[in-house]
Amino acid sequence: MALLEVENLQTHFRTPEGINRAVDGVSFHVNEGETLAIVGESGCGKSVTSMSLMRLIAEPPGKIAGSIRFQGKDLLQLSEREMRAIRGNDISMIFQEPMTSLNPVLTVGRQIGETLRMHQGLDKQAAEARAIEMLTLVGIPEPVRRVREYPHQLSGGMRQRVMIAMALACNPKLLIADEPTTALDVTIQAQILQLMLDLKRRVGAAIVLITHDLGVVAEIAERVMVMYAGRKVEEAPVAELFRSPRHPYTQGLLGAVPKLGSSLTGAARRLAEIPGQVPSLKGRIEGCVFAGRCTLATDLCRQVAPGLEEKGPRHIAACHYARKEAAAA
Amino acid sequence: MSSPLLQVNDLKKHFPVRGGVFSRKSNWVYAVDGVSFEVERGETLSLVGESGCGKSTVGRAILRLFDITGGQVVLDGQRIDDLSPGGLRSMRRRVQVVFQDPFSSLNPRMRVRDILAEPIRNFGLAKSAAELEAKVAALIDTVRLPRDALGRRPHEFSGGQRQRIGIARALAAEPELIVCDEAVSALDVSVKAQIVNLLQDLQREFGLALLFISHDLAIVEHMTHRVAVMYLGKIVEMAGRQQIFTAPRHPYTKALLSAVPVPEPGAIRNPIILKGDVPSPINPPSGCRFHTRCPFVFDRCRTEEPELRSIEGGRWVACHLEALPGQN
Ligand SMILES: Nc1ncnc2c1ncn2[C@@H]1O[C@H](COP(=O)(O)OP(=O)(O)OP(=O)(O)O)[C@@H](O)[C@H]1O
Ligand SMILES: Nc1ncnc2c1ncn2[C@@H]1O[C@H](COP(=O)(O)OP(=O)(O)OP(=O)(O)O)[C@@H](O)[C@H]1O
Ligand code: SF4
Ligand code: SF4
Ligand SMILES: [Mg+2]
Ligand SMILES: [Mg+2]
Repeated sequence: MALLEVENLQTHFRTPEGINRAVDGVSFHVNEGETLAIVGESGCGKSVTSMSLMRLIAEPPGKIAGSIRFQGKDLLQLSEREMRAIRGNDISMIFQEPMTSLNPVLTVGRQIGETLRMHQGLDKQAAEARAIEMLTLVGIPEPVRRVREYPHQLSGGMRQRVMIAMALACNPKLLIADEPTTALDVTIQAQILQLMLDLKRRVGAAIVLITHDLGVVAEIAERVMVMYAGRKVEEAPVAELFRSPRHPYTQGLLGAVPKLGSSLTGAARRLAEIPGQVPSLKGRIEGCVFAGRCTLATDLCRQVAPGLEEKGPRHIAACHYARKEAAAA
Repeated sequence: MSSPLLQVNDLKKHFPVRGGVFSRKSNWVYAVDGVSFEVERGETLSLVGESGCGKSTVGRAILRLFDITGGQVVLDGQRIDDLSPGGLRSMRRRVQVVFQDPFSSLNPRMRVRDILAEPIRNFGLAKSAAELEAKVAALIDTVRLPRDALGRRPHEFSGGQRQRIGIARALAAEPELIVCDEAVSALDVSVKAQIVNLLQDLQREFGLALLFISHDLAIVEHMTHRVAVMYLGKIVEMAGRQQIFTAPRHPYTKALLSAVPVPEPGAIRNPIILKGDVPSPINPPSGCRFHTRCPFVFDRCRTEEPELRSIEGGRWVACHLEALPGQN
């Protein structure tokens, strides 16, 4: 049994102009000790997916449907009180925007300590000592001083690391990391990725990693799920996905990654874009969600939505024309 | 000869902090400690370096978000670090910013339409209501958000979409210089490419200058003209894009570049691992601030601070080594 099994997750928002189908029927699983990366265009539903796992979507205007089984229990059936015992303890999350997720009027020590006192029953001193230890682990210099500082006194990258310290403090079984390293320099980033791998080794934690940084994906993920316009469009083991992406969106995404050194050799300095934009999520999309931007689109694509199909070993994609390996047929 | 658009001379910003647990006296964080550079019209200068080295503080100082401790900030030949509130007004239009954390800088109660209209109205950039509406619509197209986004509030967007609203708001004021503090880090590669390409187009068309603060060195390499590498409140190396990326000279720059992850599973890298803790900006190390972690450290580095000196071809380095690594 997988640690986390998500089936047909649908998270919709009611807005004055209609229903926004931010996540529209997504299924996936994560095994114990595994790292699943979720990638996809801005606005495709990655953060809403992860907030749904934590049940942190405000209802209304949001509405979550489907099932989210964690260690066999459906989180969507739990009471808010039962959910609070899990959040920050068994499942914890590193949020995308640290400044908004940290409390501006509490010192960082208090914020890290609060989780520990609530879930692990540590007293004030023990919680502060553990907070200092966590700040050291995430590479914040002078942790003894920093633990008494407020978020606005820290640099952007330090705030992000405070969030990471909070998320790791209780040794969660499942860590959801939403853009955990965007504000970090590459050296600290390497250190944080190492910490996440340590957590996996020590407590067999599973990680759901959301990131736009395909370098990070290549470095620590085992499997990758690609989302587009609220749906899953491709999923494969990491090496397989980078070597042989099947969905035209994934191909465009990988093709657009700038590599260090690639702009220095004469060639044009314009970055590669995927032309066009994501369709509006209001109103049902007939046919393939990518058809409006796909160079291969045909009438079939515009009329019939392609289902997720096996295209190779453990490799699925939703495209009528994606290449299929004989072995998978 | 006309003066550069922006000149920063020996900029210092020290923040007071409470003393240690047992001490009564207060200390200073030497967040930025003597930084000088220039940005020309139509130029991109990137600021890179370790988290906490003072990049955002430089950006904030230029925007006059606080009083500086020392030095000068000169915009188009005029000092702006000691301007009166009245003088600041016009400077506020000419210099715009896109912050690292877009949500905290967008008013949650305002609709996107009003967020974008505000600077246009404030600075009198539209002559009629129709022109205002047209400008707002053009801005939202420019950052590739759908028109219906105009009626929504910031919390209804994804992180990357909010970042684009922040970029549109900065463009609304028709600035001459934009301080981009991790402005595109939260965007996926394709939208990032669109925005970066857009900024470059504006640069070519209108001579827009950019101070580009980023940890994303691949993007920096693609779009910058020059790079200034900071370490613990100081610039340690400053040079053209080709020079920095093909032949970094300062030991810190070399380490930094070697640590960039490669978008290829199983790729072999040889990052230079820096030993030792990141030192404190309250008690910066004596001599060369990098000496506690530098693989090339020698006696002189511990006592004497290296000056930022000019070496070949418009390149500046602060290091005592006679023969810098990679130099022959
Ligand atoms: N509270 C809300 N009300 C209405 N729509 C919302 C709300 N929160 C999110 N959305 C919409 O849901 C969609 C998915 O957003 P989400 O934050 O999951 O994107 P994302 O994939 O994380 O993007 P990014 O990479 O930019 O962070 C977006 O179109 C967004 O506008
Ligand atoms: N308001 C403040 N009060 C006290 N200290 C501050 C304040 N703002 C910044 N600092 C300190 O100044 C130093 C430089 O911070 P700054 O935000 O400029 O770093 P940065 O280079 O932008 O880092 P990052 O890459 O993490 O964003 C840090 O040690 C930070 O803690
Ligand atoms: S189904 Fe058609 S439109 Fe969709 S990705 Fe495949 S080829 Fe393109
Ligand atoms: S001055 Fe000395 S310690 Fe500083 S970078 Fe050069 S060799 Fe290293
Ligand atoms: Mg997000
Ligand atoms: Mg910063």
